[in-house]
Amino acid sequence: MAAPMRNVDEIRNRVILGEFGVKNVHSTDFPGNYPEYDDTWNQKKFQKNFRIDIIQMDENSMEFDMVGIDAAIANAFRRILLAEVPTMAVEKVFIYNNTSIIQDEILAHRLGLIPIKADPRLFEYRNADDEEGTEIDTIQLQLKVKCTRNPRASKDSSDPSELYINHMVYSRDMKWVPIGNQADVFGEAGIAPVHGDILLAQLRPGQELDIVMHCVKGIGKDHAKFSPVATASYRLLPEITLLQPVKGEMAERLKRCFSPGVIELESIEGTPVAKVVNSRLDTCSREVLRHDDLKNLVKLGRVRDHFIFSVESTGILAPDILVSEAIKVLMAKCRKFLNELDSVEME
Amino acid sequence: MAGTEETRKPVLEMVQAEGTDEGCVTFVLHDEDHTLGNSLRYMVMKNPDVEFCGYSITHPSESKINFRIQTRGGLPAVEPFRKGLNDLTEVCQYVLDTFEARVKEFSDREAAMD
Repeated sequence: MAAPMRNVDEIRNRVILGEFGVKNVHSTDFPGNYPEYDDTWNQKKFQKNFRIDIIQMDENSMEFDMVGIDAAIANAFRRILLAEVPTMAVEKVFIYNNTSIIQDEILAHRLGLIPIKADPRLFEYRNADDEEGTEIDTIQLQLKVKCTRNPRASKDSSDPSELYINHMVYSRDMKWVPIGNQADVFGEAGIAPVHGDILLAQLRPGQELDIVMHCVKGIGKDHAKFSPVATASYRLLPEITLLQPVKGEMAERLKRCFSPGVIELESIEGTPVAKVVNSRLDTCSREVLRHDDLKNLVKLGRVRDHFIFSVESTGILAPDILVSEAIKVLMAKCRKFLNELDSVEME
Repeated sequence: MAGTEETRKPVLEMVQAEGTDEGCVTFVLHDEDHTLGNSLRYMVMKNPDVEFCGYSITHPSESKINFRIQTRGGLPAVEPFRKGLNDLTEVCQYVLDTFEARVKEFSDREAAMD
């Protein structure tokens, strides 16, 4: 067990999870608040304390730690990941023929939510008054499906897959129609929905769909269909401190109060003694505070500047690219206001 | 200039009450919300010359924030505002560089293990 932290350090660095509330939530390390600390912004000190550790990364999701940054900035990154990183999605749906039982607007809504695997950095935003769309700001997709009866089905089958042809409309039926020079730019791979097995509508013989779609670039703030992440979230690193040695049967009960893998029992002189092995795995349910004999033996808290980010992408862009783009969006916002300040100063 | 330029939507306005010096200014930032507001407030508060810094969203239906800075000792409020924006840009640049370096390191390590 580490020596107990000085009270001031604890207020500055830890969020305390109590039985009835959470204390020390806000960051207080601003210049002038603590007489013996110099809290002025110092880029060198920040760079010395800051680190990023990538825990796990694959093509759709990643988990990484950001240590040494304040919640205000970490939250800004999270908000930008959700709402301000642009993607391409279906915006205008021209329905030439829809004789299915799915209503036009329902179908159009569903088409808008399908993630389209097109790199948004290669496109520009469409101008507000532009109706047609050019090759630099629009992707055209077409969905043309007609359901017919299968002449070769046996007389007494009742399985729709056997009786009908094209009775399920999937997102893989959305075909890309290149405009202008898009065929050269995207050529081989083409543009298509990320997943081909999303069911859009079901048809029966005689029903057909003839739809043309225009995809434009947008951000999640405008409509959630443009959000590039399945979700992006962060949590603070939990910290569990045992105030006294916990032995025997109480140690067993203590172990069960936390998520599996957090507390291990090691045998010292025959009796099991509880030891905190991996507080990162804890979900902070504060179960231990429900037991009167255990609640005074532990101190639960979170480290205020250690963020465990979890980013899951919808498949349009890789998660590490999404995080890079989010940071660039925040920089662009700052630069926009700096330029505005400079242009005002000029006048 | 007046005739040929079309009316642009304002991006940043500065409001100063009558009779006060340049040290107390409210900046109105259009098309912004807590994303930039809170992070910029944090960076400006880290400046020891700033006596007060806060932001508020005037109405949830309008996407603009009132960002107020009051300085100590008569320093013009534009100074800590500019410094806050510059510091935030520097932080983002360092975070971006660190992140990209670590991602590259991670993927190199993964490729080496296969």
